[in-house]
Amino acid sequence: MAKVTINGIEVHAEDGQTILDAARLAQVRIPTLCKHPDLPPTASCGVCVVKIAGQRGMVRACTTPVRDGMEIITQDPEIADVRRTVVKLILSNHPNACLTCGRNGTCELQALASEFGIRRETFPNIVADLPRDPSTGAIELEPAKCIKCGRCVMVCQTNQDVWALSFLDRGIDTRISAAGDIQLAESPCIRCGQCSAHCPTGAIFEYSQTEQVWDMLMDPEVHCIAQIAPAVRVSIGEAFGYDPGTNLTSKLYAALRRLGFAAIFDTNFGADVTIMEEATEFARRLENGKGPMPLITTCCPSWVDFMEKFHSDMIRYFSSCKSPHAILGTLAKTYYAEQVGLDRDKIRMVSIMPCTSKKYEIIRSDEMFASGSQDVDIAITTRELTRMIQQAGIELANLPAEQADNPLGEYSGAGTIFGTTGGVMEAALRSAYYFINGKELDDVDFKQVRGLDGVREAEVDIDGRTIRLAVAHGLANVEYVLNNIRATAEAGDEPAYHLVEVMACPGGCIGGGGQSWGVTDEIRQKRIDGLHGDDLAHTIRRSHQNPAVQRLYDDFIGKPMGDRAHQLLHTSYTARPEYRR
Amino acid sequence: MAEEAAAVHIGRIAKQWGKKRGSLIMMLHAIQDQRGYVPRDAALELARQVDVPLARIYEVLTFYNYFKTSSPGKAVVSVCTGTACHLKGAPDILAALGEELGVADGEASEDGNFHLQSVRCVGCCGLAPVVTVNATVYGKVKPAEMRGIIGQWQDRIDAGEL
Amino acid sequence: MAEKADIGTLAAEERNAQAARKARLFCCGSTGCLSSGGGAIANALTEALAGHGLADAVDVVPTGCMGLCSLGPLVRVEVPGRDPVLYKEVDPMIARLIVAEHVVPAAGAGDEGFELPAFFTEHILPMDIPFFTKQTKVVLADSGRVNPERIEDYLAADGYQALQNVLANMTPQAVIELIADSGLRGRGGGGFPTGQKWGFARQAEPVNGEKFIICNGDEGDPGAYMDRSVLEGNPHAVLEGMLIAAYATGATEGWFYIRAEYPLAVDRVEKAIKQARRNGLVGKNILGSDLNVDCQIRLGAGAFVCGEETALIHSIEGQRGTPRPRPPYPSVQGLWDRPSVVNNVETLANVPAIIRNGPEWFHAMGTETSKGTKVFALTGKVEHSGLIEVPMGMHLREIVEDIGGGNPADKPLKAVQTGGPSGGVIPVDQLDVPVCYEQLTQLGSMMGSGGMIVMDADDSMVEIAKFYLGFAVDESCGKCAPCRIGGTQMLALLQKVTDGKATLDDLDLIRRLSRAMQQASLCGLGQTAPNPVISTLRYFEDEYMEAVIVYSDPSSQDWTPRGT
Ligand SMILES: Cc1cc2nc3c(=O)[nH]c(=O)nc-3n(C[C@H](O)[C@H](O)[C@H](O)COP(=O)(O)O)c2cc1C
Ligand code: SF4
Ligand code: SF4
Ligand code: SF4
Ligand code: SF4
Ligand code: SF4
Ligand code: SF4
Ligand code: SF4
Ligand code: SF4
Ligand code: FES
Ligand code: FES
Ligand code: FES
Repeated sequence: MAKVTINGIEVHAEDGQTILDAARLAQVRIPTLCKHPDLPPTASCGVCVVKIAGQRGMVRACTTPVRDGMEIITQDPEIADVRRTVVKLILSNHPNACLTCGRNGTCELQALASEFGIRRETFPNIVADLPRDPSTGAIELEPAKCIKCGRCVMVCQTNQDVWALSFLDRGIDTRISAAGDIQLAESPCIRCGQCSAHCPTGAIFEYSQTEQVWDMLMDPEVHCIAQIAPAVRVSIGEAFGYDPGTNLTSKLYAALRRLGFAAIFDTNFGADVTIMEEATEFARRLENGKGPMPLITTCCPSWVDFMEKFHSDMIRYFSSCKSPHAILGTLAKTYYAEQVGLDRDKIRMVSIMPCTSKKYEIIRSDEMFASGSQDVDIAITTRELTRMIQQAGIELANLPAEQADNPLGEYSGAGTIFGTTGGVMEAALRSAYYFINGKELDDVDFKQVRGLDGVREAEVDIDGRTIRLAVAHGLANVEYVLNNIRATAEAGDEPAYHLVEVMACPGGCIGGGGQSWGVTDEIRQKRIDGLHGDDLAHTIRRSHQNPAVQRLYDDFIGKPMGDRAHQLLHTSYTARPEYRR
Repeated sequence: MAEEAAAVHIGRIAKQWGKKRGSLIMMLHAIQDQRGYVPRDAALELARQVDVPLARIYEVLTFYNYFKTSSPGKAVVSVCTGTACHLKGAPDILAALGEELGVADGEASEDGNFHLQSVRCVGCCGLAPVVTVNATVYGKVKPAEMRGIIGQWQDRIDAGEL
Repeated sequence: MAEKADIGTLAAEERNAQAARKARLFCCGSTGCLSSGGGAIANALTEALAGHGLADAVDVVPTGCMGLCSLGPLVRVEVPGRDPVLYKEVDPMIARLIVAEHVVPAAGAGDEGFELPAFFTEHILPMDIPFFTKQTKVVLADSGRVNPERIEDYLAADGYQALQNVLANMTPQAVIELIADSGLRGRGGGGFPTGQKWGFARQAEPVNGEKFIICNGDEGDPGAYMDRSVLEGNPHAVLEGMLIAAYATGATEGWFYIRAEYPLAVDRVEKAIKQARRNGLVGKNILGSDLNVDCQIRLGAGAFVCGEETALIHSIEGQRGTPRPRPPYPSVQGLWDRPSVVNNVETLANVPAIIRNGPEWFHAMGTETSKGTKVFALTGKVEHSGLIEVPMGMHLREIVEDIGGGNPADKPLKAVQTGGPSGGVIPVDQLDVPVCYEQLTQLGSMMGSGGMIVMDADDSMVEIAKFYLGFAVDESCGKCAPCRIGGTQMLALLQKVTDGKATLDDLDLIRRLSRAMQQASLCGLGQTAPNPVISTLRYFEDEYMEAVIVYSDPSSQDWTPRGT
């Protein structure tokens, strides 16, 4: 415990806590720019300087730990002048391009500049002429707008262990760039978009495709379908003033209808189908003792990409099942098209996803064209949908609750929790139990696999057998799990795990790279709670009990893992070894 | 250097250093000592062999002035612009060399023979101003002497010595 | 295991061998003299001696810098029983003459008198000039006397006695107290008390059983080469200091971080480590004790900021050399998060002498707060530029005018710059200050690592400020905005001044910007980068005003800063 005063207000802070955190206890706000609540400080901007009584020179609030007895001053004319000069310097090294910027209105630098009320350019503008890099088609780099806060580099290198981004050169020439100074698409980037979710400015943002969606909607020749992913419904509200985690499913259906979509489906339905396949696959591997253990989930394309590049020895463990929205895309252009008697080439499927990586997933392999044309035509993110709703003048708050369309709109509680880390695992267990036992679980809540710890290991009992589970999110956490798998496999021991879930983004898709800005662990937890609330609100909480899913199998697919299922609902993986990262 | 030979060379470096701690910069020095700069293929090969991300290699390569990512030419002409040399006329020396070679600071001549650069104190301040060409040090130089020095190196290049 | 390391025997043998020589010829083999043709001198001497049949009776000792590099190559002739003679600007022909006309007759002359031939006069450097007499050598005492590539030479000069003594007779705590008592402060620029730093490191728990001692040999100040000369001239002294520090702090491994631009220093340190390892001074059970320390070398790659300790650590780790915030200090969390002591070359080189001679001896030199001696690289507009060592407290004027011998062009001196790009200028009318950490800081400059550059009326102070700031801008790591952008904008403002386009408002802006850089930059580079500007503004505001007043044409106000 350290007793300190902040502008004369006494607070009790933890030892080692930073001045920034301690100030919060005293309800004092210190301006920051480079610090992100999710990440260790990089201490690069210099905006958060404060004074300590008896000490010469100012210190950074974001990195300086408090000491017992410290007297901290966060505001006086001198501090204000230094901060203002620093903000002016940052602005002088930044293009004046807010109007056409991916972060206009949500930019942390813009907000800071606005707060400081700077009305003239004190310093001449010096901005390097650096090319944009939209090569991934998932995120776009605009290095000229980079303020060198270092968040993206930390996320990409430390949290995701991908090393696609780095700083190059030094001094005033320092710039952000793809690994080895090439195009991002040629780097190991897995398109998770976490860099864009953490960037304070418009230097990295989602590759925006809203204009293409508008074009489709305006085309009288085509039948546009929207599907909306689980994680979107509990995050999009943040951009419209709702609390994080507020479940806006039925309002979103209404909004999409007003945007002009001819049919509104729910990715959660696809999630239920994913479980039908994946849980069957799991039950077979477990029961027959055939097939490698563990089964590893694959509905996160960034994880799949990561695995193909860096851990291709894991391919054998991978579930061959497609991700929910890919399945839904296929079904829309086959099952649904048949039902309504439409030519699949006249259908356009738009996936609304928490995810930048889905933009790449929809063309990642031949199986993404299982319907005969491209199954999902376009994937946009939560943030893109937000802007479309705003452009259309739709007031979410005033919208009525509406329903999704048949036959791909009805979902179970298991489908909705796909959007959180541990959710796929939990959903799979609910059905696998039934597939193995023929009996239903009494309690479908697997609390052991919930939470935000980077790796969570648990054991559950199915029919007297101990099933070992591991859940990992944030790709830097996955190596530990993979090494355990390798170790037992090499030693010829019982497998380390039977079922493993991996999601690239921290928190799973609710923390996806395309979600509403400004995520923190606190917000992640609220979004997760929102999805668990949606689960609880459903009477049907097991995928195999979803009547629409049952109809699908009876009328169209046949048996899970059967021929038709294989043709439409499964995919394959290819080792694409990189220089290691 | 043929790709295979490069891989072998880097293999040797990796063997000597790969397992030691704090060796990345040492390995990059070793590559540059051999090839005059660190070409992309060498950086990639190093990334493969010692399990260091390419991003890290480029972060480091471009941070440190010493490393070059493109071929510097046969004769590297360095003008010391440290304080002692600066006071004793380094700017004039640099200008004279720029004129003689027809290049600006940090550039290579069109034929790729000469590379002109300004460097920080080479540690011979007592002899300021100082110019070095490759490993040869010229102390107490005057702008008028530059033509002669370049001429000597041109002769060596013409004679195929470099 | 290392063979029986009886360094006492080795030292005695070497001393006997040296005493048996008819003469010893010392020739400078440091970078400065080598580049002015010194490489050929040792060979010429050796051949000439062989020609006279003296190959075995006379030593040719290649040494480190003798200090007066501007007059190199230097050769010193020592014949037992006679005064040593120092030759300047030696070439191979002179070298042969030295052997034929000086060494041969003097060595053969027995007790009788011996006269040097008159024609040598213009190559003889009198040893009683103030350049030599006013210096006090501690760190450089053996540089120019020992062959840096032979451990025997160092042993004969009492080398490794301090280590032996410490291991046999002192607890680590006692060593720390002794160093603290001596008043030794870090010579890397900051002047932090070395004993205290070691104390922190001693208290820090090892991580994974490891704790490190790092020797900072990055020396990047333009115009400073003290550390290079120490490493080239007497690497074993630094190594011995490092081993003592390791014992005192509990370090398990030693790292030398040396500029890549110093290949000779690297080579000599490498040899020194090898020889020491062979003699049981590095490695396991050093000198039969429980001390286990191995040492290795890592190179820099051309980044001044890597002299900053946290950037240095990142650099060894194979990362970009960007500093990080402190705390945590390296002595708690350093290289690979292990507690690590970072000490400057000169700091470590002081340690063996302090142990050998006692803290009182060291304490007796210097001022109240600054003890011992300081090595400076004296350059610029002085007669004798070179490497000097003076007791702390000597007045700047004495250094510049007596040791440096004043301005060769007989122009009035204007100012002395100390502290390199972090320091400032001291105008000539303020030169009567003692060299000491606090005094120099008070004058708006700083001790720094030891660059001392003398300027005369020809040197424009605005240009000087621009030169140093340009250095800082080039060497800024780019991590933090105040330094990265502030430096660049400040340079543009100075350019505006020298272009005659600045207004009084611009001078205000320079001051305001200086404050922001000092207060909000992350590391010492950015925090001190404005110092040369501030100090020239303080003492030579008229030079700035002149430029500002020259500005008359308002239409010339559109200007483009550097870096666009
Ligand atoms: C920009 C910058 C450059 C530095 N360069 C050096 C250097 O070249 N050599 C050095 O010993 N210390 C240098 N230092 C100081 C080191 O950070 C560190 O304080 C020093 O090595 C500690 O050793 P000492 O206590 O023995 O002086 C530098 C500091 C800064 C901020
Ligand atoms: S990054 Fe922010 S400040 Fe910069 S142009 Fe975009 S919105 Fe404006
Ligand atoms: S904020 Fe200013 S610059 Fe931007 S649109 Fe409005 S008036 Fe124009
Ligand atoms: S999208 Fe993910 S992998 Fe690609 S650069 Fe950003 S953080 Fe790295
Ligand atoms: S791209 Fe964005 S997150 Fe990355 S360093 Fe630049 S401003 Fe920061
Ligand atoms: S797992 Fe995430 S990205 Fe994949 S379909 Fe579900 S919500 Fe979308
Ligand atoms: S965790 Fe979800 S949002 Fe993130 S990359 Fe994977 S699928 Fe996309
Ligand atoms: S003064 Fe300079 S040139 Fe002379 S030896 Fe010393 S370092 Fe070298
Ligand atoms: S002050 Fe300069 S050198 Fe130091 S961290 Fe900041 S940018 Fe880098
Ligand atoms: S918020 Fe502290 S330095 Fe940027
Ligand atoms: S300043 Fe040129 S050699 Fe030192
Ligand atoms: S290098 Fe020879 S005297 Fe300094």
